[in-house]
Amino acid sequence: MAQLTEPVRSSGARHSSAAPRRARRRLRVGGAGKQQNGGPIAYAFLIIATLVSLFPLYWTVVAASHTDTDIVTPPTPLLPGSHLIDNLKIVWDQVDMTTALINSTIVAGTVAFSTVLFATLAGFAFAKLEFRGRNALLTVVVATMTVPPQLTVIPLYQIITKAGWVGHLQSVILPSLVAAFGVFFMRQFLAEALPIELVEAARVDGAHSLRIIWHVVFPIARPAMAVLGMLVFVQSWNDFFWPFIALSQQNPTVQVALAGVGAGNHSIDHAVVVCAALVSTLPLLLVFAVLGRQIVSGITAGAVKS
Amino acid sequence: MTPTCRAARTLSRTPPNPYGKDALVATSVRATSDGSPPSSRPAPSTSRRGDPGAPGGWRTRLYRFDTKASPYAYIAPFFLVFAAFGLFPLIYTGWLSLHNVQLGESGSGSWVGFDNYTNLWDNQFFWKALRNTFTLGVISTVPQLLMALGLAHLLNFKLRGRGFFRVAILAPYATSIAAAALVFVQLFNPDYGMINQLLGHFGVDGIRWDSSKWPAQIAISSIVTWRWTGYNALIYLAAMQAVPADLYEAAALDGASRWRQFISVTIPSIRPTIFFTIIVSTIGATQLFGEPLIYGGGVGPTGGTDHQYQTLSLYMYDKGWQVGQLGQASAVAWVMLLILLLIGAVQLLFVRSNRRKLGG
Repeated sequence: MAQLTEPVRSSGARHSSAAPRRARRRLRVGGAGKQQNGGPIAYAFLIIATLVSLFPLYWTVVAASHTDTDIVTPPTPLLPGSHLIDNLKIVWDQVDMTTALINSTIVAGTVAFSTVLFATLAGFAFAKLEFRGRNALLTVVVATMTVPPQLTVIPLYQIITKAGWVGHLQSVILPSLVAAFGVFFMRQFLAEALPIELVEAARVDGAHSLRIIWHVVFPIARPAMAVLGMLVFVQSWNDFFWPFIALSQQNPTVQVALAGVGAGNHSIDHAVVVCAALVSTLPLLLVFAVLGRQIVSGITAGAVKS
Repeated sequence: MTPTCRAARTLSRTPPNPYGKDALVATSVRATSDGSPPSSRPAPSTSRRGDPGAPGGWRTRLYRFDTKASPYAYIAPFFLVFAAFGLFPLIYTGWLSLHNVQLGESGSGSWVGFDNYTNLWDNQFFWKALRNTFTLGVISTVPQLLMALGLAHLLNFKLRGRGFFRVAILAPYATSIAAAALVFVQLFNPDYGMINQLLGHFGVDGIRWDSSKWPAQIAISSIVTWRWTGYNALIYLAAMQAVPADLYEAAALDGASRWRQFISVTIPSIRPTIFFTIIVSTIGATQLFGEPLIYGGGVGPTGGTDHQYQTLSLYMYDKGWQVGQLGQASAVAWVMLLILLLIGAVQLLFVRSNRRKLGG
């Protein structure tokens, strides 16, 4: 174990906080998982999978930097061209991308923040507090995950029509303020990560439950809250069905704007369409490039106990 | 005060976990021996010692209210949001499906009984959408989950750069439906798309990915598969890492090959996770909307000129927001609910029989 951690720790003070986490992960894997060496065939398949995963993303950049004529005349270009700036200008001329990007940031940010807050509270209650009907209610939470949005949009649309919210952001924010996935995610995390003794000790010291939340639960839940926040942000940013119905091209989120660009008439500029797709994806890909490993570990952590 | 006291006493005795109670008592004793003021003493222990002083009284009551009510307060936001934007609309959709409701009407319109459902029954496009939803669901989930299993198995080996592989296969997850669909439309374009160019090298020419039914459905399902395979692979990987190593050691001692170990140790051990992903993916598949809509480009929600890839979800949008018949659309929604319940029941039966086979 010491051998494992030593090189990590010596690689610089900047990594010192990451070192124990990495070491712990290796310990768990070494103790429980299968640790056979991967042969060349494993590498070959994984490289193919990586290429298939990344090529469409790479080609998005390629196509976004060419002209329409380049794309529609085979052979299709495989290296980036020089028209990225021109295409970006056309994208901004055709749709209000600035508004769309701001709107998506507002929606995804609000939804992520409120989901994390409410899901942590509910997850804490389900994981560590005793109350009548706890198990039944938790079952209800899990069951609601299976209700697709299609089953609720028609009355929702009537509601927002009546309230005059069609085309306004609150129509897409309010229904997703907190979702079952987040509650379940935080419950799974807190059930293991939060020792009940800590809660009881705080209570013995006379702390009321809001103080316990603030001083005990939040500090322990912080890593899971960060991961959940990112997952919900990605999900909300990419959400399509309900925003497509509730919003219009006058005040769209990025996805709604994209659908407008793509579903135009037939004499469409394909390079510009792909360029718009690139603009919509780039913010998330940047987040991914920086925090990919945390997102990966978040997804796997949430899945283990399911 | 007395009934409250008795209730407090029974409450303090009721916790089924004696360890937790012991811990509580131990800490409270330590707290007192530290010489902390009586006011900071826990309220229940105050009442247990028969010291119902005036300040302790309301403190006790406040404390008990806090412990009893706060759990409900914490879960309330979720249930409020779900009641308002989930449960109520779900049920009200059923009510609307029995009415003639136009787009823009806010009420429930006039009662028409089961007309909306019989209309669906007689509509060939409804049956087409139902079939398409089924076939698209199968060809977008089955290969996806099988590939995810294989990838997870490979990622579970000791590898150089496995952190990179994990992030790389998850990257499509960060792409939105709309962006992915727009790019795949270009790749699958029958005239200039890269896929047909590639297939041309192998002597396969001119597949109409846009107008022929199966090629179009395969193209659409490839968008779904591309976006979700890595995600599911990571979920499987996490489950695989929780499989005890001795199982593999025992299997290896018995002379089982790697493939044999994968089939007889890995798969049975992660069966609950596999069921979980099957349920999630089938639910996702029954609501396919954005992929076929954007894949169709200018044709809109008809899902191809001949409805060859119109899903139930698209059909519902078509009925509700293009034709303007919200009542009809509600009936489609409830048919989807019925289908989901059926799928759920089948999966439940499957899980049960599987469990019985294992003797658990």
